[in-house]
Amino acid sequence: MRITCPYCGERDIREFTYRGHALAIARPAPDAGEAAWDDYLHLRDNPAGATQDLWHHGPCGAWVIVDRDTVTHEVAGSKAVAEVKR
Amino acid sequence: MRYSGFQIFKQGLTGNSGWKPVWRDPTPKPEYDIIIIGGGGHGLATAHYLAKEHGLTNVAVLEKGYLGGGNVGRNTTIVRANYALPGNSEFYSHSLKLWEGLEGDLNYNVMHSQRGVINLFHSDGQRDYAARRGNAMINQGDDAILLDREGVRKHLPYLDFDNARFPIYGGLFHPRGGSARHDAVAWGLARAADSRGVDLIQNCEVTGIDIEGGRVTGVQTTRGAIRAKKVGIVVAGRSGQVAAMAGMRLPIESHILQAFVTEGLKPVIDHVVTFGMGHFYISQSDKGGLVFGGDLDFYASYAARGNLPMAEHVMEAAMALMPMIGKAQLLRSWGGIMDMTPDGSPIIDRTPIEGLYIDCGWCYGGFKAVPGSGFAFAHLIAQDRPHESATKYRLDRFRTGVGLMDEEGTGSQHNLH
Amino acid sequence: MRLDRSGGDVAPSLSFTFDGETVRARKGETVAAALLANDIRLVGRSFKYHRPRGIWSAGPEEPNALITLGRGAAQTPNQRATVQEVYEGLEVSSQNRWPSLKTDLLSVNDLAAPFLGAGFYYKTFMWPRAFWERVYEPVIRRAAGLGALSGAPDQEPYEKAYAHCDLLVIGSGPSGLMAALVAARAGSDVIVAEQDHALGGRLLAEVEEIDGAPAADWVAAAVAELEAAPNVRVMSRTTVTGVYDQGTYGAIERTAMHVADPGAAPRQTFWRIVAKASILASGAIERGIAFANNDRPGVMAAGAVRAYANRWGVSPGKSVTVFANNDDAHRTARDLAAAGVTVAAVIDPRADAQAIGDYPLFSGAQVTGTTGRLGLTDITIRDASGKDQSVWTDCLAVSGGWNPSVHLTCHMNGRPVWNEDLAAFVPAPDAVPGLFPAGSADGAQSTADCLRTGAEAAIAALEALGQTTEAPALPKAENGFTGHTPFWLVPGKKRAWLDMANDVTVKDVKLAAQENFASVEHMKRYTTQGMAPDQGKNSNVAALAILADATGRTIPQTGTTTFRPPFAPVPLSAMGAGARGKGFAPERFTTSHTATEDLGAPFVEAGLWYRPSYYPRAGETTWRQSCDREVQMVRNAVGVADVSTLGKIDIQGPDAAALLDFVYTNMFSTLKVGKVRYGLMLREDGHVMDDGTTARLGETHYVMTTTTAAAGQVMQHLDFVLQALRPDWDVRIASATEQWAQFAVAGPKARALLDVVLDGPIDWAAWPFMSCGNIGVAGVPGRLFRISFSGEEGFEVAVPARYGEALYRLLLSQASVLGGGPYGMEALNVLRIEKGFITHSEIHGRVTAFDIGMERMISAKKDCIGKTMAARPGLLDPARERLVGLKPTGAVKELTAGAHLFNMGAEAVRLEDQGYITSVCYSPTLGSFLGLGFLKSGPDRIGETVQMVDHLRGVKTEVEVCNPVFFDPEGGRMRG
Repeated sequence: MRITCPYCGERDIREFTYRGHALAIARPAPDAGEAAWDDYLHLRDNPAGATQDLWHHGPCGAWVIVDRDTVTHEVAGSKAVAEVKR
Repeated sequence: MRYSGFQIFKQGLTGNSGWKPVWRDPTPKPEYDIIIIGGGGHGLATAHYLAKEHGLTNVAVLEKGYLGGGNVGRNTTIVRANYALPGNSEFYSHSLKLWEGLEGDLNYNVMHSQRGVINLFHSDGQRDYAARRGNAMINQGDDAILLDREGVRKHLPYLDFDNARFPIYGGLFHPRGGSARHDAVAWGLARAADSRGVDLIQNCEVTGIDIEGGRVTGVQTTRGAIRAKKVGIVVAGRSGQVAAMAGMRLPIESHILQAFVTEGLKPVIDHVVTFGMGHFYISQSDKGGLVFGGDLDFYASYAARGNLPMAEHVMEAAMALMPMIGKAQLLRSWGGIMDMTPDGSPIIDRTPIEGLYIDCGWCYGGFKAVPGSGFAFAHLIAQDRPHESATKYRLDRFRTGVGLMDEEGTGSQHNLH
Repeated sequence: MRLDRSGGDVAPSLSFTFDGETVRARKGETVAAALLANDIRLVGRSFKYHRPRGIWSAGPEEPNALITLGRGAAQTPNQRATVQEVYEGLEVSSQNRWPSLKTDLLSVNDLAAPFLGAGFYYKTFMWPRAFWERVYEPVIRRAAGLGALSGAPDQEPYEKAYAHCDLLVIGSGPSGLMAALVAARAGSDVIVAEQDHALGGRLLAEVEEIDGAPAADWVAAAVAELEAAPNVRVMSRTTVTGVYDQGTYGAIERTAMHVADPGAAPRQTFWRIVAKASILASGAIERGIAFANNDRPGVMAAGAVRAYANRWGVSPGKSVTVFANNDDAHRTARDLAAAGVTVAAVIDPRADAQAIGDYPLFSGAQVTGTTGRLGLTDITIRDASGKDQSVWTDCLAVSGGWNPSVHLTCHMNGRPVWNEDLAAFVPAPDAVPGLFPAGSADGAQSTADCLRTGAEAAIAALEALGQTTEAPALPKAENGFTGHTPFWLVPGKKRAWLDMANDVTVKDVKLAAQENFASVEHMKRYTTQGMAPDQGKNSNVAALAILADATGRTIPQTGTTTFRPPFAPVPLSAMGAGARGKGFAPERFTTSHTATEDLGAPFVEAGLWYRPSYYPRAGETTWRQSCDREVQMVRNAVGVADVSTLGKIDIQGPDAAALLDFVYTNMFSTLKVGKVRYGLMLREDGHVMDDGTTARLGETHYVMTTTTAAAGQVMQHLDFVLQALRPDWDVRIASATEQWAQFAVAGPKARALLDVVLDGPIDWAAWPFMSCGNIGVAGVPGRLFRISFSGEEGFEVAVPARYGEALYRLLLSQASVLGGGPYGMEALNVLRIEKGFITHSEIHGRVTAFDIGMERMISAKKDCIGKTMAARPGLLDPARERLVGLKPTGAVKELTAGAHLFNMGAEAVRLEDQGYITSVCYSPTLGSFLGLGFLKSGPDRIGETVQMVDHLRGVKTEVEVCNPVFFDPEGGRMRG
């Protein structure tokens, strides 16, 4: 599998570490309540199809959101988390 | 038809024309007492124990493909009860006891072979944790022996003891651990359930779950609507998809675990050997193939196939640990889809919907759980209260933080267990 | 036998041995060709019935002729005689026979065949229960398996490598060569991967013309053009084994398997080829016909028989017969007859079959049986009128048609599509993104079609890469021999083999259907059809046809099983190359490593690092003696330890303090410049991730220390927090672990030692406990931190890594003057347990701040990672297992880590379990074993006595629950 790091270009997944669904970048407020935190940390849509997930590119340190299909492993695109959150 | 050596002899003399179908292909009835969604190992075991333990036979198992086509048909066949944490300890202990009587129970040779599992450790810290685990196993009533380096050498003389990157300090030996013939488990359970009157319905995909007033009333399938008083979801690998039909979101992310087998070889490996530092485990099948695997591919997937980095890592671990298998040739690799939970332990519980039950989240440990899970899930469905071996497998434990069973200690990230 | 061909066939020039007998061979031959040339037909024994078996094919799909090469540690089992090239001195042995190939005792299984049908073992061996493991299974295991490993480590060299290209052409028959030519001429970077040592594929095995000249001439010209092109890399002896995501392909190169003395050359090389597009020109594999006893040595694939004759000048028989349902196989009769071999009969079940040469043709006829104990001697032909006759023949060439080699198109879950006209599966469209099937792999039937589709596929592939290419002029080539009628099975009562490698017969498939293993997956798994070394390449389609017939379905209704990687077997030593011994993981060495080695210290692995365990001195015979001395040395004088393996993260920027406040439970914004503070870091799920000290070197400059184990994880975590959660913060982080060498200097004489080493004079009053700053160290700019992991007055002195070794040696030489010296991990562990300091033995991923008594470190004044979830009810339950100190008070004065705790008088079973011990040591300071552990409601039970039970080591004692800080609880020593 190959993923494009927005800073370094297309690389083998050996260079990346996976974290999980991209919802991890939307941290609830401390007082958002039990349900919101359960959603954030545990519950998942877990789609069979298009998803967005988080990968850390070790060589440059960038966290990357990858548009990916969980059934075909097709990678439709990627963007830097830092750019998305800016 | 009862299976035995005599029966084989008798049928062999008469051209083997007398063997009967192992299960029927019934047409779905309009209504059942209980519908089990999923005809994998756990679903078939649930059906078997519903019939055998609870006398409930107005039961249908709905399978979208073929019986035993889930992870029970694509794993590395290891059976063990060597957990450290309460919750897991009693469950797997009970499951192993069921394995030990399974062949007699099913009149089917599932080739359960207690060849012994040895978990290697490579530092003082790992040894101490292995000791904690081994003591927990004995506290539970199971067996464990702490081997030092020479003890391991006696059992596994072919390991690289002299030049290894991570020297072998010893191993935790679980003599009652072993392996079984995975497909046979599914077939034996299916045959037993069918013989008691359970309808096993293949090529019947559930497309919807009917709920009225907070209570389940049946399912929609590719073979029409079927009503039921109770419905059990036991579809590891697709749990999120099926639960979504009932409006539920599960604490599960699906991941691939690859497994590998070599061409047939004369016997070289007697035990099941696991190499924690290399995320590698191996045994040799009765057919002669070395069956082995490693860690998850680490990315969410439903593809049932993996990629080279983990495959190569597994081969590298093999070469690091036991370079004598270098000339074995990889014959086939495959992938299973794992229900990964935030603590690496499973869920057997009621759902917020009355009459709807769920059994899921087996991570990569589901095969050895087949009889235990079926037993506990059947108990839960039949009696509406958890079996004593599975009281801690609650769906709400992540929200409350009560009774988390994080054997790996890696925390709530699904893929790290 | 060898054919006497004009055209300069060289005489056999080398010899090898087969089961000890010398065999003469020509260079470039396969073992199979050489054996057939020497009239050796019996090559192996079958898996289950131990039936005599010969050579079926002329390629890597071979199901029968599996051999072992070499002996001793070089013994290499399960090699295909049809692939392995001969070389001088090669030792070949047959497999799965005892005592000899000709007399194999287990062939008794063949007589018991009526009782050994599909899945018989599931129905028996259940009584008595204990017999399965003690009797039945060991017997089955010994009988099963094919070749044998030597048992010795594989010490031969192997390699792994990467390659990148625009277009990967898989196969080099007419379609592959044509595709490669088109792409090469268009200027693309091309890799041609061919499993054979020679390019040309089927063209090497056929008597055909291209553009009016022998096909071999066209092949030679094409190969010359490709080899001369700078943008083309030809990889022969290289089989593409797997297709992975985003154009990644696995391939195995038999780099030096054909060389008598390869020296240091890798025997095999595993390649990962990344291609923007690929052409699948993998050809087709001939299938057999099921008829009684169709597995004898001498029964071969018709195309293979022709290949041996045309390519290697070898006839597999003296009197050859052909049984086929297609025109193509008639070429075998034609070519062998032309070569002067007797063609005794061609049996074609098609009533309208026509001969294309001078040979007796039985149209509308079938072969109903064979005889010959160790090799074929006769076949029985039932002619169109139903009359049987026996024909003497030592080679029956069989063809049931050809199956496109679609395997690689299945690797990404593509399902091949049944083509009724071809009576075969062809690749599903777009089964693999960027992969373009061509030639017979895509169902092309003739050389002309192969050339055309090869060119078309290349043009399409280049177009997909954004390049327009003109269609080339196509060479003129053979366009016939395409007629065929599906024919799978000659009915009969005797066993007719499908999967020869696994001994699966038509009866087995029918039994599966009879027992309602009707799904194709059930049939496969129940009969083991297609699970042998050839993975069903030769037989799956025929088995499917028979299952379809037995269950009253069509083939497409019945479905197929899936081909999975690898296409051809890959040795584990190639795919795992480089990992033997120390190669398994990188080795990280501290700057003090050599100096430590000089002192004879044994090392232990700490993650990827090596750290000294202890420093033995003359007269010390056990590690405990050294360890006790080192502990006392630190408590009484001064000790030096390399702590460089701890992670160091440099944090700078206006928001550095905010970042630290957010990732640590406690406050760092309030820390004064020049001060150090202990910090506790949680995961977002409220459990402890790591701990360590962080120093504030400037208003906007901190240095964070992590544990050795968690350095990478913490760095990634900080990256996440900064990019994903607080990108608004202006702060930069960098790992500085490898840039700094850092040494702990601890003990009452620590200052005295540092006075000698630091650029002085030092005003120690300005360096209170938990202070830090820049300082000159022996003339080098360094840093000093006054922190302690031993409980003594302690410092850590850091210098740029290049000065590490010099500083370490200087510290040791000066320490010895003061009665001090180095201390290792064992002493470090004792020192920290005496003080109740935790490591990852305690913060093992399942504990909370509450569990380790640090809940008050979670600041109420701010949010931090993990704070919300740490407040879940289950994580604050007072009955949780919580950190305590433990001291043995019973008759046994020892503690063991991993032991469990129980109340006095309670039985040592799970339901009574109260906790467990994580760390133990013998404390020379206190003269007692000490332990840290987790006990239910632990801190509420200080002073209580509980029992410790270690079933595994047979240790049981009473222990007193105490405060985890055993030594100097007021901390006066480290504050100085």
